[in-house]
Amino acid sequence: MKKNEILTGVVLDESMELTVDELCQSCSVRRETIVSMVEEGILTPVSRTDVTYRFTGVNVKRAIRATRLQRDLELNLPGVALALDLIEEIDRLRERLRKIG
Amino acid sequence: MQFKDYYKTLGVDKNATQDEIKKAYRRLARKYHPDVSKETDAEEQFKAVGEAYEVLKDPEKRAAYDQLGSQWQAGQEFRPPPDWDAGFEFSGGEASAFSDFFESLFGRGQSGGSRSAYGFDGRGSDHHAKVLIDLEDAYAGTARQITLQAPYVDESGHIRTRERTLNVRVPKGVISGQHIRLAGQGDPGAGGGRAGDLYLEVQFRTHKLYRAEGRDVYVDVPVAPWELALGSKIRVPTPEGRVVVAVPPSSRQGDKLRLAGRGIPGKKRGDLFVTLRVVLPPADSEKARHMYEQMKQEMDFDPRQNLGV
Repeated sequence: MKKNEILTGVVLDESMELTVDELCQSCSVRRETIVSMVEEGILTPVSRTDVTYRFTGVNVKRAIRATRLQRDLELNLPGVALALDLIEEIDRLRERLRKIG
Repeated sequence: MQFKDYYKTLGVDKNATQDEIKKAYRRLARKYHPDVSKETDAEEQFKAVGEAYEVLKDPEKRAAYDQLGSQWQAGQEFRPPPDWDAGFEFSGGEASAFSDFFESLFGRGQSGGSRSAYGFDGRGSDHHAKVLIDLEDAYAGTARQITLQAPYVDESGHIRTRERTLNVRVPKGVISGQHIRLAGQGDPGAGGGRAGDLYLEVQFRTHKLYRAEGRDVYVDVPVAPWELALGSKIRVPTPEGRVVVAVPPSSRQGDKLRLAGRGIPGKKRGDLFVTLRVVLPPADSEKARHMYEQMKQEMDFDPRQNLGV
């Protein structure tokens, strides 16, 4: 690689859509895991009009976090779903608290 | 290299049962998990706990370690005695970044095993890293230099790590928590397989003025009581520079003024919310005290009228 080359990546935001396979790849899990995460409400697909799900980029963060929690703490998926909701809620509250306190 | 007391790390007794070790590990793993914990050194603590557990959960490794451990203290300068592990057999563990101490005893294990994706034959594994930026950078975009530890196999077949430095563009409009995918910047693929990708999670540094929620940005602005009561034009800082904001008369403490479109850019641009915070002038001069005195006399104001006292 050239010395001062600046790499440009793709931002995984609301405006970009990923297929199930791409999402699998981003967090190194099997298809079935992604499907169970959808069933558990951890991930929210944009639509399911055709045969397969599509996800916005923001789901990548949740999927990666969910995978880590599941692996590191040996949680089951309902446990992961609960933990994620609570973590996000706490993040929001902490952020507010930070400004007040 | 320093000797590590794995029992101390997990806070268990040397005679702890496997069950007690597991319990202690679970408790500490929850406490220090980087996704859960906000403690600054959570990630290191979590790794240390994981490493201790990796040894103590495995009866063979534990027995070998115990044999050593009786002669050493935590932090002591350590060199493994020759043939220390004779008579023990280890199966390769998970390859994550364990300490030199661990590696000198148990080796590195098979690299990448825990990370490689299922069903992508020969494809290199993906890497994940975090990149910290300032909120202002999200308005303008920026470039960041990132240093990664990249494992590779040397000529003799050993797995080593080397540092790899990348310059990465952080585009305008990213928000905290978003990932940037850099195709082909992960591990090289095996047997002609495609290289893995690098995922960068963007995080905003804590800012002394601003707070972001999604694309909306919040700022607290101190105002004098009369600026609120009578209305005024005040100067307000924004990540793009100073603006003048009109405070309407009869505003109240905590009121939010919305500056449309002054949040973080994007397809749907965020707004900037200015929260008004009253600051009372101190009664630290004769004149100031006199004016408070005058307000007390002349204003018909009971701040506790709703308390029923």
